[in-house]
Amino acid sequence: MARITMREAISQALWEEMERDPNVFIMGEEVGVWGGSYAVTKGFYDHFGPERVKDTPISEAAIIGAAIGAALTGLRPVAEIMTINFAFSAFEHIVNQAAKFHYMFAGQMEVPLVIRTVSGGGRQLAATHSQSPDVVFAHFPGLIVVAPGTPEDAKGLLRSAIRINDPVFFIESATLYQSRGEVAEGENLIPIGKSKIQRPGKDVTIVTYSKMLETSMKAADQLAQEGVDVEIVDLRTLRPLDMEPVLESFKKTNRAVIVEEGWRSFGVGAEVAARIYEEAFDYADAPIQRVAQKEVPLPYNRTLEQLALPQVEDVIKAVKEVL
Amino acid sequence: MEKDEYVELFHQMILIRLVEEQASVLYQQGKIGGFLHLYIGQEAVSTGLISARQPQDRVITAYRDHGVAINCGIPAKLVLAELLGKATGCSQGRGGSMHMADVKQNFWGGHAIVGAHLPIAAGLALGDRYQGRDSVTICMFGDGATNIGYFHEALNLSKVWNLSVLWVCENNLYGMGTSVERASAVSEIRQKAEGYMIPNSRVDGMDVIKVREAAQKAIGTVRSNKTPYFLEIETYRFRGHSMGDPERYRTSEEVKCWQNEEDPIGIYHKYLVDNNIASPEELDGLGNDVEREVQASVEYAENSPEPLADDLYKYIYAQTN
Amino acid sequence: MAQIISMPKLGFDMAEGTLVRWVIHEGEMVTKGAVLAEIETDKATVEVESEFVGVLVSQLVPQGTVVPINDPIAVIGEPGEQVNIDAFLGKPAGGEKPSALERSVEGVTVQTASALSASAPTVEAPTGEPGSLRASPLARSMATELGIDLRMVQGTGPGGRITKKDIESYQAKAPEPVIAKTPSAVHMPPALTSKAFIRETHNLPLPKLRAAIGRRMTESMQQSPHFYVTHDYDVGALLDRRKEINALLSEDDKLSVNDFVVRAVALSLLEFPNLNASLDIKNSTLIYHGEINVGVAVAVENGLLTVVNRNTDQKSVHQISSEIKIVIKRAREGKVRSEDIEGSTFTVSNLGMYEVDQFTAIINPPEAAILAVGSARQVPVITNGEIKIGNRMKATLSVDHRVSDGAEGAKFLQALAKYIEEPMRLLI
Repeated sequence: MARITMREAISQALWEEMERDPNVFIMGEEVGVWGGSYAVTKGFYDHFGPERVKDTPISEAAIIGAAIGAALTGLRPVAEIMTINFAFSAFEHIVNQAAKFHYMFAGQMEVPLVIRTVSGGGRQLAATHSQSPDVVFAHFPGLIVVAPGTPEDAKGLLRSAIRINDPVFFIESATLYQSRGEVAEGENLIPIGKSKIQRPGKDVTIVTYSKMLETSMKAADQLAQEGVDVEIVDLRTLRPLDMEPVLESFKKTNRAVIVEEGWRSFGVGAEVAARIYEEAFDYADAPIQRVAQKEVPLPYNRTLEQLALPQVEDVIKAVKEVL
Repeated sequence: MEKDEYVELFHQMILIRLVEEQASVLYQQGKIGGFLHLYIGQEAVSTGLISARQPQDRVITAYRDHGVAINCGIPAKLVLAELLGKATGCSQGRGGSMHMADVKQNFWGGHAIVGAHLPIAAGLALGDRYQGRDSVTICMFGDGATNIGYFHEALNLSKVWNLSVLWVCENNLYGMGTSVERASAVSEIRQKAEGYMIPNSRVDGMDVIKVREAAQKAIGTVRSNKTPYFLEIETYRFRGHSMGDPERYRTSEEVKCWQNEEDPIGIYHKYLVDNNIASPEELDGLGNDVEREVQASVEYAENSPEPLADDLYKYIYAQTN
Repeated sequence: MAQIISMPKLGFDMAEGTLVRWVIHEGEMVTKGAVLAEIETDKATVEVESEFVGVLVSQLVPQGTVVPINDPIAVIGEPGEQVNIDAFLGKPAGGEKPSALERSVEGVTVQTASALSASAPTVEAPTGEPGSLRASPLARSMATELGIDLRMVQGTGPGGRITKKDIESYQAKAPEPVIAKTPSAVHMPPALTSKAFIRETHNLPLPKLRAAIGRRMTESMQQSPHFYVTHDYDVGALLDRRKEINALLSEDDKLSVNDFVVRAVALSLLEFPNLNASLDIKNSTLIYHGEINVGVAVAVENGLLTVVNRNTDQKSVHQISSEIKIVIKRAREGKVRSEDIEGSTFTVSNLGMYEVDQFTAIINPPEAAILAVGSARQVPVITNGEIKIGNRMKATLSVDHRVSDGAEGAKFLQALAKYIEEPMRLLI
């Protein structure tokens, strides 16, 4: 067991898979010589060389399109979109091309592609560089969307994503790169499409993922001091969504709060709440609460930005609402 | 070329022509749904081009793909079955007119989003280069696609990374209903390739021999130089953009002119006869064979089963752990 | 032409009744108005009459069946008519009014709480309460499982919502419906236990009527803010007039003090329409009743019934008295009809026969008020500075403060005094 950062975990996963399988290669903006804009691929260029660590022009559509084409020839590209805000420039290729080839051509084509990207705000990068539009990508059948919240999950899920033969949209969180966690040695593959109880409890269920897992954990610690025992279910994968642990938890606690960094309207909370009501209506002792970003484009000013983003206090408040 | 190679070119062009005419009839009978983009008038382009490829060379094109499918080796009956949405279709009824494919024949599909397959073509070439293969990716697209961002990103990337792609623009003078003059800053499409320092040329697309020769040269250049090449092929579609196109953007005189004087099948027929490669009787006989083949194909397609409702969710994922 | 007889609605909050006894047998002739069966509701056993002439072709349900209102219970046909029962019933429930025996509901809309789980026949659907019942889905399913009536539970959640916690507290407080603990569980000093005579504790299932009264009275106390006004009446003149009139009547025809009070009340209500009204809180409407139907509280086995006298203001004291006597007889025999007990707009409750000085009564929903009458007694009174013997009777008016207020209540009692203290006015 080692206690490493999220950045190290992702970097290790990439490195180990590239060592293991010569068909795995990386392409994206500044991934090579620069070492990655978030330093995830630092050292890769010198070790693996320019053929396997490819710097691209600023052409998101071409980056993803070419990655798809390369995947069609049997390779396992890991393409990077520097931040999820730039993914819109490749939106066509992510959701309309990669997600659909296997189905549309009746299984003739496989797209074993991983697209790594970074979501989230909170660093005063202003509206167009601070979004968390994770749900938008989770809307499309055929595209797998993964968003880990711990270093262990990040490493295990990225390795699984690289190995499976379907396109995976792998969402990292900029403000989580420094977070630390225990990661076991060895292969430690984590299955895609499985939610996990990160913190067992009995009074209320929090459903969350990615950066908001950290926020929810902090809220849970504070609530524990007030005698409230919070159970936290980490979705880890948005599509396909694993509701089983969520429902089991809800049937036990009868109350839920869903916490996400994206906007409330049409968000992850909307989907999860609807499913809870569909499957466990009679177990509800209070309406489900959603904690999310306020419905504004994120402003530059630090105070305003923090005001708009979901905070620990917001989670605590929501938990108290449902108790 | 040997005689049978010459005759084979004619065979393929006639086959495409008759399949497309049948498709038009089936569409009007309501048996084909969605959009139908016919290749009538452009047969020489794909026939000449694809006849110049090696088996390891990949072909990818846009949505006017029935002719390309046939040239790549998909039997006419599977093309028609796909048009009728049957389980026996080349995409098992899931793709339809715009999404024919047969990866075993190295045909990587018809694609419906204008220009979106160009970056993918670059990726195919990237993949082959990475794995040390000697393949050329032949990427076909129309004049309209040369104005969208994906075109520019893909051409640029192919040049920066020296990818073995033959970029083939089928310039049939109209992007849907908008002429090239109204849509493009440059009048000769190949000029756009100049901006990316990609070697380029133009050829008359109504003459299958000219197309084939130009294609051989271009493919050879790409293969040996490991660098992209841009080939503009001038052609004309005799029917509308798709079924139901009222064609207000061009005069019927213009269309008739092309049909009468520039029909690629007629031109090639004359070529074969004038050069004593084949006799009119042989060619007529071939034509009749193809008619019968197409009739049989239509019957096959019509008698084929529908896909199963239970298979709706099949092929969402190739594999999850 | 065959006709369906359906389970009639005999009360504004009735959802079902038990067919306890068939009176007419299959194949027997039925005349209009003949009693077909006896139905037990919460309140009483009521006779169901036939609206049609014909033959009772089919008793659709056996004795003892609980039938929801408007469900068919019998088919009446022409003599000799062949009726295919299944095909006949297969018709969408008549389409028209389900039964001529259905009584109209007094203005207040009835709600069956469809949100309540339908899977618990032991729990009656709460109906007609002002405002809707708020309970979380979990609380509802717990209530269903435990056989708890949600109307009895105090909700402490947001907006008064009943939550799991509230069901749990209710459970903790509610008396155990099953075996009581034996007396030996109680710690007593040894000397006492050895000498005490141990009586047996036994349990009785709560009778339906008692349960119904309990529900209604609880609802009344919870929903209507009651206030009370007492007036002490000089009944000297009334007692004299009564004596004179009764001398002219036969033994079983004699008038009671209450008969006079009832007419007095009816006439007073003419001047105070607020007290002859019902509050429809759901629609924020006050319903002013066209009729003045005074109800009289009557003690029966296991509880209390309110028998109704219609258009009381238009009847003489004697007629009122006779009618009430007839209905009371029916009630005590368990043969009360729905029109006997439904439709009162104001109730009078008289405990005068029990030497009661004064008491307060609980309003019968959906009425706005109730008058509680005590005993007429001889007391010392002061007249012109001198102590004399007087006859006084206290009456306490309970009023729903959502409909009326103290001043009006007091004025009503003053108006009533006119009729009680000057009983000649009752003749006019």
